[in-house]
Amino acid sequence: MTAVPLPYRVVDNRAESADTRTLVLEPVGETLTGFRPGRFAMLYAFGVGEIPVSVAGLRDGVLSHTVRGVGAVSRALCAVRPGEQVGVRGPFGTEWDLPSAGGDLLVVAGGIGLAPLRPLVRAALAAPQAHGRLNVLIGARTPHDLLYRDELAGWGQPYCGVTVDRPAPGWEGEVGVVTALLDQASFTPGDTTAFLCGPEVMIRATARELRHRGVPAHRIRVSLERNMHCATGHCGHCQLGPLLLCRDGPVVGYDRAEPLLAVREL
Amino acid sequence: MRHAGVLAALREGPRARLLALGREVSFGAGTRIFEEGERADRFWIIRNGTVSLDIHVPGGPAAVVDTLGPERLLGWSWLCPPHQWHLGAEAVGRVRAWEFDAAEVLSLCEGDHELDHELLRYVVEVIGRRLRAARTRLLDLYGPYGSGPQP
Repeated sequence: MTAVPLPYRVVDNRAESADTRTLVLEPVGETLTGFRPGRFAMLYAFGVGEIPVSVAGLRDGVLSHTVRGVGAVSRALCAVRPGEQVGVRGPFGTEWDLPSAGGDLLVVAGGIGLAPLRPLVRAALAAPQAHGRLNVLIGARTPHDLLYRDELAGWGQPYCGVTVDRPAPGWEGEVGVVTALLDQASFTPGDTTAFLCGPEVMIRATARELRHRGVPAHRIRVSLERNMHCATGHCGHCQLGPLLLCRDGPVVGYDRAEPLLAVREL
Repeated sequence: MRHAGVLAALREGPRARLLALGREVSFGAGTRIFEEGERADRFWIIRNGTVSLDIHVPGGPAAVVDTLGPERLLGWSWLCPPHQWHLGAEAVGRVRAWEFDAAEVLSLCEGDHELDHELLRYVVEVIGRRLRAARTRLLDLYGPYGSGPQP
């Protein structure tokens, strides 16, 4: 980890949807090490600013990050062209910790929350003997907002389901909340590790449903978002009760997160 | 046979007595199964295929708000006044289902308190679940903050 942004070159900038792009970054000089699924980097658009972005792909020091352009910095990052450079600090935060997850795997993603889960899914697919059944449940706003469409077909072992809030003409898939897909997934609740990432309301609704179905709270891992600035646990912007999410998160066990998510003032 | 949805919610005896009233039906892709505001005098348990639920939007195509798959209960308006469908339903592909006449089921429930209790409990759970889902979806969860439809 470094406190100073290191230069990384954009080798690819691929459109995922109208406002979301995946940047592929390779080091110009020194390589940052220690990135694992669930952790994040601070991406610096030179002259504009810095934001935290989860790692969406990992390969030989090359990083992929999926960015939705909603603010000045994220829009600047989306506009960076191949060959140009960005600054990268990291890695920061906690990981999904797939190796310690036993039994069936249940991945539930909402919107751009699929990005931090993508390297986890890839790692699970690469080592199928290490765990039970892998189910991936994805919720998106519209079919056009679905990320990694060309990869999804390879994730269905035994089940990869997608549901949308607003179907476009011609959409013949599911419509509705992502928890409705649980009925079609194959998993043994008492022996399942669940990984949840998306809007906090979705996380709460999904975690409650999983608890109702018998998944233990400590085996539900959630990735939480707060306003992160320093990424080193000093500024306090990302405080959630006793947690500083840039340091103690973003991945937290639901047994720890549940009481915090119920407090309105946090 | 391992059941899900409504069939899993009923014990073997009440389930068998309910299924004895069911008729096997099928709907081709695109068939309108019921329309919003029509009299709700029956319900279905989907055997296979998918049914979309939609709501009429004046001046535009109906907006799909939910989809139901195998062993899900299609229709609960038959149980509660004013016994009119709140949404429309359309078969997405070919759908096979058990169809139940509401009056026959309610008549059976009059003398079969075990079925009455279990079926009512399940339908109430379905109504609650769909209400929660509708509320959650109103939040426009997956879009970037502030980008959703403004009131």
